[in-house]
Amino acid sequence: MGARKKNRPSQEVNAGSMADIAFLLLIFFLVTTTIASDKGILNILPPKLDPNVPPPDIKVNERNIFTILINANDQLLVEGEYADTEGLDMKVKEFILNFGNPTDEEAVQLFNTLPPSLKALSRRLPESSDDPGEAVVSIKTNRGTSYETYLEVFDLVKKAYFDIYAARVNLDTDEYRALTGKDDAEVSLQDRGKEGIPMAISIAEPDKLGGN
Amino acid sequence: MSKFKKKPKSEPGISTASLPDIVFMLLFFFMVTTVLREQEILVEQKIPSATQLQKLQKKTLISYIFIGKPKNTSLFGVEPRVQANDALLEPSGIRQWVNQERDMLPEADRGLITISIKADRDVKMGPISDVQYELREADARRVLYAAIGKVVKD
Repeated sequence: MGARKKNRPSQEVNAGSMADIAFLLLIFFLVTTTIASDKGILNILPPKLDPNVPPPDIKVNERNIFTILINANDQLLVEGEYADTEGLDMKVKEFILNFGNPTDEEAVQLFNTLPPSLKALSRRLPESSDDPGEAVVSIKTNRGTSYETYLEVFDLVKKAYFDIYAARVNLDTDEYRALTGKDDAEVSLQDRGKEGIPMAISIAEPDKLGGN
Repeated sequence: MSKFKKKPKSEPGISTASLPDIVFMLLFFFMVTTVLREQEILVEQKIPSATQLQKLQKKTLISYIFIGKPKNTSLFGVEPRVQANDALLEPSGIRQWVNQERDMLPEADRGLITISIKADRDVKMGPISDVQYELREADARRVLYAAIGKVVKD
């Protein structure tokens, strides 16, 4: 009864505050956003041991293994000598590219295809690796070693390999690492870098002392 | 004489009419890129830094495992614990968890499952190697040690 139709002029909604509302939402999302970082260091674990099959008895000459031991106090023993993480990547590179006693044709050919900067690292020491195909870098930790130190050492060994791969395809190390293999050109670059020099990093089972 | 007459000045000031559009564009961008934390992290996470970081091509293949000291020490103690999904796990439960995660992937990708280990930098290698042992047993051998970039001083 009391309700009357008001005779209003058609009125538009004021859109002036739209920007404010949008700003408010924008700021909310800006603050809550965590851009997910899926970056990390990739490692391939060895396959599990079959209890019925004894572990293969592979004879590897001691000179072909570059041993890095890290104890519970985060101290390093590299090839039997007390060492620092400083310059470790260089030592690993020299070890891989030592070419002390390249046994087969392929290793000799591999050496000839290397760019001069890598050839210069070859010292042909008899007590270091025979050729890159044989070389293994072994990292052994203790249960008490801190994860941070382990990752630092692992990072340096990876760096040594990536430096070599990148130098072979004339790229920066960062550029080489950024290759994801999303097209054929990238895959072929990756393969050319790796060819003949497998990334052989062995992570030994940690020993029990001083850990939890 | 001169042909150059002073033009009548148009109204000064920039039109702000397109401002909402710009803001909306930004808003949509952030709305789309935002990943809301679907899980609460129960362990401390100070991710270590490294230089040789790689990015994986397929994010769907990654499953996350968190290792660190529990945040709620009165409830869970001070020893580093392993978290997957929403709950703290014993290392022996990892195998089952990996199989669950693997079953969620399309059949062709199951062999490529990658476990991203997000471990606190203060964790010792003991718990890490226990986890790695279980991952080997579960045949999930691709492991990504999550790390943030380090600025190298030359």
